[in-house]
Amino acid sequence: MKTLLRELIFPLIAVICAFLIGGLIVIIIGDNPIEVYRLLITSSFGLFDAVGNFTFDNWGYTLFYATPLIFTGLSVALALKCGLLNIGAEGQLCVGAFAAAWVGITFSGLPGGILILISIMAAMIAGGIWGAIPGILKAKFGSHEVINTIMLNFVAIGLVSYLTQNHYKAQGDPIMQTIPIAAQAHLARFNTLLSPLGINFPQRIPLNLSFLLALLAGFLVWAFLWRTKWGYEIRAVGSNPTAAEYGGINVRRQIVLAMSLSGALAGLVGVNEVLGYRYRYYHDFSPGYGFAGIAVALLGRNHPVGVVLAAILFGALNRGGLFVDIFTDKVSKDLVQVLQAIIILFVAMEALFRGTLTRFLPAWGATKSK
Amino acid sequence: MFRNIFNYTLIASTIRLSTPLILAALGGLYAERSGVINIALEGMMLAGAFTAAVVTVFTHNPWIGIMAAVCAGLLVAGLHAVATISYRADQVVSGTAINILFLGVPALLSGALFESTGATPQLPRDQVLPDVMFFDPEKSPALSSIFNQKPLVYAAFILTILTAFILYRSRFGLRLRAVGENPEAADTAGVSVTRMRYSGVLISGALAALGGAYLSIGQNSLFTRNMTAGRGFIALAALIFGKWDPLEHCWPACFSVSQRQFR
Repeated sequence: MKTLLRELIFPLIAVICAFLIGGLIVIIIGDNPIEVYRLLITSSFGLFDAVGNFTFDNWGYTLFYATPLIFTGLSVALALKCGLLNIGAEGQLCVGAFAAAWVGITFSGLPGGILILISIMAAMIAGGIWGAIPGILKAKFGSHEVINTIMLNFVAIGLVSYLTQNHYKAQGDPIMQTIPIAAQAHLARFNTLLSPLGINFPQRIPLNLSFLLALLAGFLVWAFLWRTKWGYEIRAVGSNPTAAEYGGINVRRQIVLAMSLSGALAGLVGVNEVLGYRYRYYHDFSPGYGFAGIAVALLGRNHPVGVVLAAILFGALNRGGLFVDIFTDKVSKDLVQVLQAIIILFVAMEALFRGTLTRFLPAWGATKSK
Repeated sequence: MFRNIFNYTLIASTIRLSTPLILAALGGLYAERSGVINIALEGMMLAGAFTAAVVTVFTHNPWIGIMAAVCAGLLVAGLHAVATISYRADQVVSGTAINILFLGVPALLSGALFESTGATPQLPRDQVLPDVMFFDPEKSPALSSIFNQKPLVYAAFILTILTAFILYRSRFGLRLRAVGENPEAADTAGVSVTRMRYSGVLISGALAALGGAYLSIGQNSLFTRNMTAGRGFIALAALIFGKWDPLEHCWPACFSVSQRQFR
């Protein structure tokens, strides 16, 4: 219990500090921070609407916005466990989404279940390859994975936009999007899932099966990292590559493995986007899910449970940001991006709090948790 | 075909487009040589571009805008420096946070200042940085389109040479490189690693912000949302491609990258 609290305390402090600074910014802009935060929280976690009726809207959208962040958060966390920083989730999810759409368009004759399975596989494989490239370059030539993943983001976006523009767009469509995928490849929304149970979940909320897939992915990542040999080896490489090497672990292979799995997880964002929401590939759909994934992973302390919680927090911020945008005069939804950035900065500057905390509560700050 | 490749408009636009990259890459170079990776170049450019545009809107003077941009760059770099040097935050993570921060901050502030969604008002023509008029466009169109550029274009060229000189011919440069290559040895020799790294990162921020200011009040006449469009990352790539050397490698790298941008 005490270790759990210890794990939670620094992320919590970071979030609170970020909200305080965000409040200051709101005051400078000339709005009321308490009102802004009240809007932010009630519109994302509130169970009742403005008139006081029970509603699924807020939680439904919060979890829908959290879904891609769970995938990218897990992606970044898995790579970080191997000591690698994957900044390329953005590109990996882009190729993943396109691959899912490509399967849904090309194999439209297949029955639903199989088509969905192949689409999910395609998203994972495409993202996995995109992650494996910097992994192989790192393992073979020692080139820095941060630079290579950033650069591959540009390559991914360029490549996919070329394919969309020239091969998979409907004739004369002014929007950069592919033609729709086959109808049987659509993932069931919570509306369809919950109606047999007699729960009236609104049809308009795009929350779909991929949220459950994200939770499953979280469980699998945990089981892989803490219950399998390869997972152990990845963690060993992450905490000390030299020691791992002498312990007989093939460091290069684990680097490639970690990057491929990381890319595959990022690719799964495409499942939510294409099979669950838009039913086609829509270019530039990601408002920085890949980068937000870094924040989610850090805030969740690279643990799947933490990642899911952090992703829900960020999903709530994204949902609440829309309301802040509409219902306040001066604050726009960009406040959310600023809050997220400040959270990352504070989480990264853990030493700042640890020093202060150790002074007052020696037992809390002294142990170095990683 | 060769007429198309080697015409003067291409040379002129290559020079124009390479300037923000050269400035940002030089910035990245100072930080990197002192031992701090500056992934935040993109965010620092955005901070500089936004500040330059806003201050010019209010003061009607682009030169004050540029000075304000440099101050903003120093401030953002200071944040990166405090996080990474004093509080040992991961350099890449801190840089990424700053990049995300400065996607949000300009949008948030421009919404509050100008009621827009991330853009500043268009500046009138006489408040944008003027071209340096070496040649009369009427008499010699080729020479004037190549040489009549914004002052920052010339500043970028001069700063490249200056950086090469500082890095390899001055005491400061020697210490900067020593701190980057072997901090323990430098520390033993009595060089303050912290101070050298702070100066490296701060110079880096100022230069990157200058590159951003060139975009918003030199090449264009307003700030638009995410107007650097990945130039900070491209500059970082040019820097690596150029082996962290200002004159012999980085400058040609920036030049060739921007030539590709021209269509």
